[in-house]
Amino acid sequence: MESLNVYASRLVTKREYFARGHRACQGCAEALAVRLVAKTLGSNVVVASATGCMEIISSPYPFTNWNVPWIHVAFENAAAVATGAESAMKALVRKGKLPDKGTVFLGMGGDGGTSDIGLQALSGAFERGHRFIYVCYDNEAYMNTGVQRSSATPFGASTTTSPAGRAKAGQVTWKKNMPEIAVAHAIPYVATACSSYPFDLMRKVEKAARADGPAYIHILSVCPTGWGLPSEKAIWIGRLAVETGVFPLYEVEKGRYKITVETPELRPVEEYLKPQGRFRHLTAELIEQIQKRVNQEHDKLLAKAAIV
Amino acid sequence: MGKRVGIENSIAAADAVRMANVDLVAAYPITPQTHIVEHLAELVADGELDAEFVPVESEHSAMSVCCGSSAMGARTFTCTSSQGLALMNEIVFIAASLRLPIVMILANRSLSGPLSIWNDHTDVMSVRDCGWIQVFADNGQELFDHVLFAYRVAEDPKVSLPVMINIDGFIVTHVIEAVEYWEEEQVRKYLPEFKPVNRLHPDKPITMGAFGMPGIFSEAKKSQDQALLDSKPHIVKAWDEMAKVVGRGYSSVETYKMEGAETAFLTMGSFSETASIAIDRLREQGKPVGQIKLRLWRPFPFDEIREAVKGVKSLIVIDRAISYGGPGGPVSSEIRSALYGEKNMPSVAGFLCGFAGRDVTADDFVKMHGKTEDLVKAAKPVRQEDYIFYGVRE
Repeated sequence: MESLNVYASRLVTKREYFARGHRACQGCAEALAVRLVAKTLGSNVVVASATGCMEIISSPYPFTNWNVPWIHVAFENAAAVATGAESAMKALVRKGKLPDKGTVFLGMGGDGGTSDIGLQALSGAFERGHRFIYVCYDNEAYMNTGVQRSSATPFGASTTTSPAGRAKAGQVTWKKNMPEIAVAHAIPYVATACSSYPFDLMRKVEKAARADGPAYIHILSVCPTGWGLPSEKAIWIGRLAVETGVFPLYEVEKGRYKITVETPELRPVEEYLKPQGRFRHLTAELIEQIQKRVNQEHDKLLAKAAIV
Repeated sequence: MGKRVGIENSIAAADAVRMANVDLVAAYPITPQTHIVEHLAELVADGELDAEFVPVESEHSAMSVCCGSSAMGARTFTCTSSQGLALMNEIVFIAASLRLPIVMILANRSLSGPLSIWNDHTDVMSVRDCGWIQVFADNGQELFDHVLFAYRVAEDPKVSLPVMINIDGFIVTHVIEAVEYWEEEQVRKYLPEFKPVNRLHPDKPITMGAFGMPGIFSEAKKSQDQALLDSKPHIVKAWDEMAKVVGRGYSSVETYKMEGAETAFLTMGSFSETASIAIDRLREQGKPVGQIKLRLWRPFPFDEIREAVKGVKSLIVIDRAISYGGPGGPVSSEIRSALYGEKNMPSVAGFLCGFAGRDVTADDFVKMHGKTEDLVKAAKPVRQEDYIFYGVRE
């Protein structure tokens, strides 16, 4: 263990900006993602958080886990609050009221706060071209309110509002492709990431911070509670999401696609679906349907990445 | 003395915002707020106002951008009307609880439906309990003055609350009046630089908008209520100071011809000027009628209202919003409540009128006075739920 401590600290700072002691569930890979993002951005940042798990677990007054300036206003407006802060800084610096420290502005929300209720505010912020990063921590449902389906919930997943029943097999729609929506705004940087691949994630956050305009990172954040998984399996299932092609890791710099974690041979999606309680009810036929879709989407992505 | 110019009131209001040297304007277009925001965009485009103009995609984002901006310690402005206020409603409440000194002009317009772009007070009354300081301006000059007043009060470290300036849409926003502009020197004297109590900055990280568990929520709300109540002396002082700087002062409650008045109109906004014409006529007929103008809606000026109605037997309260299935209008309801239990409490006749731009003329005020006299003669006790919907075709 000692040698790992020596080795790891050479790669990553030991300093924490999203401090321990928060109230997330055991094995929460979303809290891990938040920690990695905060670690990468360091102290020179202003964070605007949407309502959701990460806000609730990190700011029960009078406690806070944030060692950086942090604000929460509401659910659907993190992008608007972050860009309001960014614009204000621009004016204050220009008018000589504050020195220019190159502060980074980060907006963050869950999949509901991003791809459902917060989509309009995010689209507006992208279109206006603010220099800010928006991170979507995607745990594929409204976990904070008790695992209700969102537009980011994958096909076939059983949630409390898309329950698997005798007539329906859970979520009947395919996951909304939020990174592609971000790409459609022609912003300088878009990436997907997963806390099971910490160095890939951190490198993308670094790139996003340097982008000359809006940057979007969509992080698959495994939720053992909502997905029906033992808490120690969170990292493992995140890797399977990538290795099966369910959630490929890539980045889009000025419109150019690049796969950042190569998966030359995709593992069968069944390996990813089977361990999860939310997919327990799926028939072989439905799994086949999902496999087909994953292959299709993966091929489309590869085709985009092949364009030089 | 500043220069007196004939100008559209919306343009003058935008010029006042320029003189306040705001750092950020975030707004979404909605009639009849548009001229104010358009002129601000022009001022920024011409380099006459050094501010970020954030053309947001909705009013919800307008108020959200304002929250982010104000939390950074920037002087922040927005402006809306009606549906825009309804859409940003959620964030309006949060801005007050975050104690962010945002200033907003609300060009009052009726709430849909049916859809209408015209003026009444149904929008502002829907956010009666939002925790903002809420004032009413009657004309272009008052609007201009109150922009500078609003920043002085909002940013006062002892206040640190958002301020909403209500102005009647179209009736005031779109007309040309004589407005006396302030001298730059007067603005400097009256409005100090914004020094935020707290600001989001990496040099001193703070957490804003923390989650309130039941163990702390009531205390947070009580302190917010106390802050609004405690803002009152600072509001009064800001008006008194204005009188010293530009020679025009204002009060929470203002009166007109109240000497010996047995009947009084209670009005808000631009209707006050129309009512005063009716009062002149009624006075000429020998009727002891006066007028009470309610300028400060929140924090509510209880003492001033009680003082103003002394000697009045009959109070005619004009409401321009409806409390459906309730006591008629919110203003008459609150006035009755403020006077409840007072010695010689006047009877309160609640009139609902002037919805969605329907004209209420001086003649109408004379008629309302007549109707009230009839009520008094009938000597029927007036109950809380009694009100008259005036000027409606049956």
